[in-house]
Amino acid sequence: MFLQQLTNGLTVGMIYALIALGYTMVYGILKIVNFAHGDIFMIGSFLGLFFMQEFHLPLYLAFLLSAAVTAVLGVLIERLAYRPLRMADRIVPLISALGVSTLLVSLAQKLWGTEMHPFPTAFGSRTYTLGSITFSEIQILILVLSFILMLALQLFVTRTKTGTAMRATSMSLTNAALMGINTNRMISLAFAIGSALASCAGIMVGIYYNAVYPTMGYMAGINAFTAAVLGGIGNIPGAMLGGVLLGLVETLGGAYISTQYKSVISFSILILVLLIRPSGILGSKDINKV
Amino acid sequence: MTDGRSKQKILEIDGLHVSYGVIQAVKQLSLDIYSGEIVALIGTNGSGKTTTLRSISGLVGDTRGRILFAGRDITKLEPHRIVKLGISQVPEGRGVFPDLTVLDNLRLGAYVRRDRAEISADIHKMYQLFPRLEERKKQLAGTLSGGEQQMLAIARALMARPRLLLLDEPSMGLAPLMVKEIYAAIRQINQDGVSVLLVEQNARMALAAAHRGYVMETGSIVVQGTAEELRSNDVVKSVYLGIN
Repeated sequence: MFLQQLTNGLTVGMIYALIALGYTMVYGILKIVNFAHGDIFMIGSFLGLFFMQEFHLPLYLAFLLSAAVTAVLGVLIERLAYRPLRMADRIVPLISALGVSTLLVSLAQKLWGTEMHPFPTAFGSRTYTLGSITFSEIQILILVLSFILMLALQLFVTRTKTGTAMRATSMSLTNAALMGINTNRMISLAFAIGSALASCAGIMVGIYYNAVYPTMGYMAGINAFTAAVLGGIGNIPGAMLGGVLLGLVETLGGAYISTQYKSVISFSILILVLLIRPSGILGSKDINKV
Repeated sequence: MTDGRSKQKILEIDGLHVSYGVIQAVKQLSLDIYSGEIVALIGTNGSGKTTTLRSISGLVGDTRGRILFAGRDITKLEPHRIVKLGISQVPEGRGVFPDLTVLDNLRLGAYVRRDRAEISADIHKMYQLFPRLEERKKQLAGTLSGGEQQMLAIARALMARPRLLLLDEPSMGLAPLMVKEIYAAIRQINQDGVSVLLVEQNARMALAAAHRGYVMETGSIVVQGTAEELRSNDVVKSVYLGIN
């Protein structure tokens, strides 16, 4: 029972981590919370559904194509809704983000209706047993693919010239520009990568719960944002750790206390972190960052 | 002239105005740097020196006037393009990337370059200029002392192979011995052919190193001349050098 819950918690946690990365990368550079990010996750899920239903594409192609389209969408959102407000007070892009969020939900409702759509794939229902733990195929996909994506991201930001430039940009926009780094391009890149990861998470969640609907980004977004804050917003390994921890605590709490209290548990954690260690587990001690 | 200085202007600022909202930070500023020179820009806190440097690097949006670099108008260029053309800046407070290693900081300095072999050769040159950086190459830049961070910031700026180096308060907060070491390096860099614009509150150090200088007050140039002329100027003597 415990090991099973641990597995389930880890599954949910990996999803939170994937989404949290988008919040944290954008916050790291621009110091704004992209509240439309949860809805980008939702759009990614719908796009996967769309490519499979309308074009009968195989699952891996649906992943790739939605990631690509969502990445472009993320870049466009930054261009149109945030970049013109770069010099404005910090509350202004926040309001713009809420506007984009509403727009994306309405767009999805217009295109696909308000109802829940089942995910059109036979994939994911088969199960495997390992000792006392039962894995479904989709759980294995979530664990493996999320791990690969996060490892790839970590290698990119630490081992490549562009990745190092992106980290430098998140430490200081001005000083990065003085190195000859095109900081606007780094910002676009952060939005593209974050959105692509959210899209992958969206498709996996769609299969896992066999449900895709326009408001699915709301709770997922808030939970992932909590995970990002928990790990230390702006910090990439922090988002990964925060996501996994939140998934575990939420699932174990749900299993041993009551599933009714799932959200209570995650929000209590958010409030506790903000009170005790506002910079998060791996965040720097600079409180202005939160 | 005996050293590498020439009659060719590498930087020409003509009637620069910068305002932050309603505040005029720089007014009608004109300043020239000849190729091979060290030029000092001195003045008290808030006189507009840093704003001038930021304008040259393209970091300030709201400017009027013209800035020419080697004859080319760079006034409206984005910061990363200006670096590519050959102007590097060591910003106020050094601006090293604290969570990156010394080596990664140096590599980022060469971000605009593609010649890998030459880049590693230049990193070794930087280690010769500042041996302490080699000892600390694997360390995070944030763990260095202030003086070491200043060395790193200068070395990192040189990694772009600039023709003009802008230095903002390189002696700020450093022990006298460290200041001496930094200034020795600045002279060395200049002898190697890099023109330098040196912003300082420490007028004594700056005028000892510079060929020429400008004195700035509330956004405008009030006195200019060779370093020697400035050192014997009564206003400079009393206000900036503390000699009565």
